[in-house]
Amino acid sequence: MAIGLTHYLVIGAILFSLGLYSVLTRRNAISILMGVELILNSSNINYVAFSHFSSGNVEGQVYAIFVIMLAAAEAAVGLAIVLAIFQIFHTIDVEAAETLKE
Amino acid sequence: MDLGNLESLKFFYPEIVLSGTILLLILFDLFIRNKRWLGLMAFLGCILSLVTTFQLYGMSPGWLFHHMIILDNFSLFFKVVSLLAALLVVWMSLGCREIREIHQGEYYTILLTSALGMFFMASSSNLLMAYLSLELVSITSYILTGFLPHNRRSTEAALKYLIYGGVASGTMIYGMSWIFGMTGSLDYARISEALFQGQTNHLALFMAFIFILAGFGYKIVFVPFHMWSPDVYQGAPTPITAFLSVGSNAAGTAILMRFFFPAVSRLGEGGDWLFISGVEWPHFLLMVSMVTMTLGNLCALNQQNLKRLLAYSGIAHAGYILMGLVVLNNDGLKAMLFYIVVYLIMNLGAFLVVVIVANETGKEEIGDYRGLAWRGAAIPAVCMAIFLFSLTGLPPLAGFVGKFFLFAAVIKQGFYLLAVVGIINSVISLYYYAGVVKTMFLDFPEPTDPQVTMTANTSALLGVLSTLTVLFGIYWGPLVHSLH
Repeated sequence: MAIGLTHYLVIGAILFSLGLYSVLTRRNAISILMGVELILNSSNINYVAFSHFSSGNVEGQVYAIFVIMLAAAEAAVGLAIVLAIFQIFHTIDVEAAETLKE
Repeated sequence: MDLGNLESLKFFYPEIVLSGTILLLILFDLFIRNKRWLGLMAFLGCILSLVTTFQLYGMSPGWLFHHMIILDNFSLFFKVVSLLAALLVVWMSLGCREIREIHQGEYYTILLTSALGMFFMASSSNLLMAYLSLELVSITSYILTGFLPHNRRSTEAALKYLIYGGVASGTMIYGMSWIFGMTGSLDYARISEALFQGQTNHLALFMAFIFILAGFGYKIVFVPFHMWSPDVYQGAPTPITAFLSVGSNAAGTAILMRFFFPAVSRLGEGGDWLFISGVEWPHFLLMVSMVTMTLGNLCALNQQNLKRLLAYSGIAHAGYILMGLVVLNNDGLKAMLFYIVVYLIMNLGAFLVVVIVANETGKEEIGDYRGLAWRGAAIPAVCMAIFLFSLTGLPPLAGFVGKFFLFAAVIKQGFYLLAVVGIINSVISLYYYAGVVKTMFLDFPEPTDPQVTMTANTSALLGVLSTLTVLFGIYWGPLVHSLH
């Protein structure tokens, strides 16, 4: 069986769902950030696969490289914020941080 | 006009000036002891950039940097809006005690970077540019939200913003990847070409659009992507809340229109836009608009914190602004642009009063505003009443004219239900806005409540904003004319 576009898209969709699942269910801030990374990487797989199989240009691969770069930037800011949360609340459980409510 | 890299630079002065200011700010932050000068420098940089933006007005539309960036009056309009927002927020920050206690060099640098990101959001004509600009604005906003050190609310707001923002933009690029797969291109013009040939699967296209709307929608703050906004608005430093509420909203609208207009619809006869067939956009947007304004107004009814109340009112206003998009023609577009300018002025004004009061009392609860008019702050109280009534849409204030144009555009196209819901919502909003005004004027202050005074700086800004709010309510001709 030859590996085709569909296989990559299915993997992308699974990764996206797993990422969304872990964002929605995890309470640890680091796990949530990891879920966000999964979502970003699922679209990377899509871009590279589409770029290779259907579009005939490299735009998709360039996009994937930019996404990787921005994911790093977002992780840097994200971890800094999580660190600040830890210093103030002494935990990184997101449900502990609930000063702001109705 | 389709320019390459070097030729583009001479149409790129606003961005270059702004980037130069940002770099200078970082540099001067190392030497200058009195950090107020940095604020003034940021202010001057914005003015300079504004001047260069106005010089580009009225040119024939064209593409810069090999079809990456589009230059036309629409993008210039949003550049002016985001610069005005940045300018007024820098001015507001100069008079804000909260800001004076933090690292001002970084603060102004990141604020202007965010404004630069908004420039690109309004002018991107490529899915990659759209994503990069959106992230530039998002990441700087996370930092600005959490800028108050050792402050529980600010840090928590930043975390919530980060999580929502990360998921929303991740979802957006997943949707974009499907658009890329279906059309084989990232460029809006080529996407439009491929979509109008009609080879695409409508269901897949619809799903991709919903995913993309998650990213744009969280910037504009419409339901169901609004959950972050009350927490973030309450926790962030007040000038940043003001900046997010107007700048992020305007830039989100700009990027949404950019994506809608060249990429997935065409200009038809008589100024109507033709959408690609098979996807019922007007009705979808109609629902979103109605739900957004209703939910925003209903949640605002029992808020105790003024910043949180203004956050919900901001959600409601995002719903009103979307009304202009539902009709999908140039009338709606003009009404929307007019409303964005008016909203910028009156909302910044309302937040300015919050800053003035918080400077003296350090509190933001509505209860802390009791008898404000009798505590040496009659002028801010009157101005606040003007801004709040303008946000409601009462004549003769600017908000009334803005809403009038929106409702007129909607009714002209026969969307009566939307107009009725919009008017009912305005009535609901009168209740909570008037509640704040009542607290300021009719309740008596306790002897322990501190006096509120203004500095020359804040009173000048307050004067400018309230004059504009009243002026555009009576004499709106020039502003409308400049939108054509």
